[in-house]
Amino acid sequence: MSADLTELYQQVILDHNRRPRNRGKLPTANRVAHGDNPSCGDQCSVFLRLDPGAPGQPDRIAEISFDGSGCAISQASASLMTTQLKGKTTAEAEKLYNEFHAIVTSGHAPEEISDLAAFAGVHAFPARIKCATLGWHAALNALKNDAAPATTESHTD
Amino acid sequence: MSDLWKNVRVDFPILHQQVNGKPLVYLDNGATSQKPRAVIDALVRYYERDNSNVHRGLHALSMRATDAYEGARARVARFINAADPAEIIFTRGTTDSINLVARSWGHAHLKPGDVVLTTEIEHHSNLVPWQQAARASGATLKCVPVLGADAEGGLDLAALDQLLTPQVKLFAFTHISNTLGTINPVAEFCRRARAVGAVTVIDAAQSVGHAPFDVQALGADFVAFSGHKMCGPTGIGVLYGRRALLDQLAPDETGGGMVVNVTYEAATWKPAPERFEAGTPNVADAIALGVACDYLDALSRDQIAAHDAALAQLAMEKLSLLPGIRIIGPRAGAARSGLVSFAFEGVHAHDVVTFADEDGVALRGGHHCNQPLMRKLGLTSTTRASFYVYNTPEEIDALVASLRKILEFFGVA
Repeated sequence: MSADLTELYQQVILDHNRRPRNRGKLPTANRVAHGDNPSCGDQCSVFLRLDPGAPGQPDRIAEISFDGSGCAISQASASLMTTQLKGKTTAEAEKLYNEFHAIVTSGHAPEEISDLAAFAGVHAFPARIKCATLGWHAALNALKNDAAPATTESHTD
Repeated sequence: MSDLWKNVRVDFPILHQQVNGKPLVYLDNGATSQKPRAVIDALVRYYERDNSNVHRGLHALSMRATDAYEGARARVARFINAADPAEIIFTRGTTDSINLVARSWGHAHLKPGDVVLTTEIEHHSNLVPWQQAARASGATLKCVPVLGADAEGGLDLAALDQLLTPQVKLFAFTHISNTLGTINPVAEFCRRARAVGAVTVIDAAQSVGHAPFDVQALGADFVAFSGHKMCGPTGIGVLYGRRALLDQLAPDETGGGMVVNVTYEAATWKPAPERFEAGTPNVADAIALGVACDYLDALSRDQIAAHDAALAQLAMEKLSLLPGIRIIGPRAGAARSGLVSFAFEGVHAHDVVTFADEDGVALRGGHHCNQPLMRKLGLTSTTRASFYVYNTPEEIDALVASLRKILEFFGVA
């Protein structure tokens, strides 16, 4: 197996693909968004519960889950993302996504970033960047929504 | 087999390269075929010697270009046994051809209460244009169902009898499914459609370069196909239309080259095929498509069909031994065109394709522009290996060896 491929399919990624964390619908969700990758048919829905912060403080993600189908990269990325976003504010989530995007496009990860660095290998496979970012796009869309009930997007697959 | 077959791989320059350090094994022919030297040379020769605008020119180059372009039209007509070269309209490809019929014919003939019939196994390009035509006209779109949990049973011919009523004004169907490898009984479909007065549209993208194709024997009204899937260039395709139908049809696009008399207020149209070829046509690619027809007929499409089918059966036999594989489409031994589409429990098609590419094996993974069928089969994607004249049994071994490695890596085998 080539070095590029070993780098792409890291143990962390394989583990999250095999045993996804926070997978399934979140009954208490107050935000939901759906991501589609039309070129390949990958799908990802992200459910989250955004709790109001203390007076003067921003809202925080209290719970988050994902559901969908796709390749190992997209599923592992969504799974790992849910473990990283819990407890974050919208601004913090956006900052983390920007860092993640820089990792998958450049192949370089800042030292303080741990698990997300596993996706650095994606940069050698440009066609797979969309797979890695699918769940993140859904999560950011969910965060941008008005606090509507979890029915803004329904998905029947 | 003729001696031409012995050198077939030599004819395709692109095949002689390494991908990721391994000899290229190109098994993505359903998406696009590779081009023989003769076709590539025809493009170069045209641009080096004859390039000029066609039809209205009186100088030497324009006359040469016009002769070559109209010669290509006649060559394509012969390729599908059209009665008249005027029945060959050059388009950008299958999608463009089907859209032309859907807009032009659909606009003129469809009305509320009419039914447009298609099938559950169509490529999006033979489904979405009919959705649009039905929506625009108030007609209803219906699909002939496919049989079997793996779509192994082909289209439901009993259901077709129920669906093919006098309300059906047009029946659009594929000859060979790009996702399943199913070969539809198109002559029978044309006959049944004719019996209720419905116009037929055949998507021949996967078939015309792979098997003998005779529009008159089939009794087809419209046939759409692409050059690039049959050894020709991208950006050129064909719409065949029966002369009587084309003559009644209004143009889709208008402009130069397709008019007889123009005033500031109005214009009159040339007959087919010019009526449907507004603007400067894709001269170079049409000429090269004619050369592709020569190439394929020299090999003989009977033999191409036999070669493709033999590879497909070999692939079926070897792939079916892999653990957890689900092959969709016709069962082993049943008629199948030169492609096999499959899914593994626990390994997504995109991961399969990425790994196979590491071994130089080019596959396609995804929904194959067939989302509703995937959904019906409970799949989101499959991996597809599709074969053509230059593929060999050894390449199927390379495919299977690569797949075994993937299954091992993901802990499936």
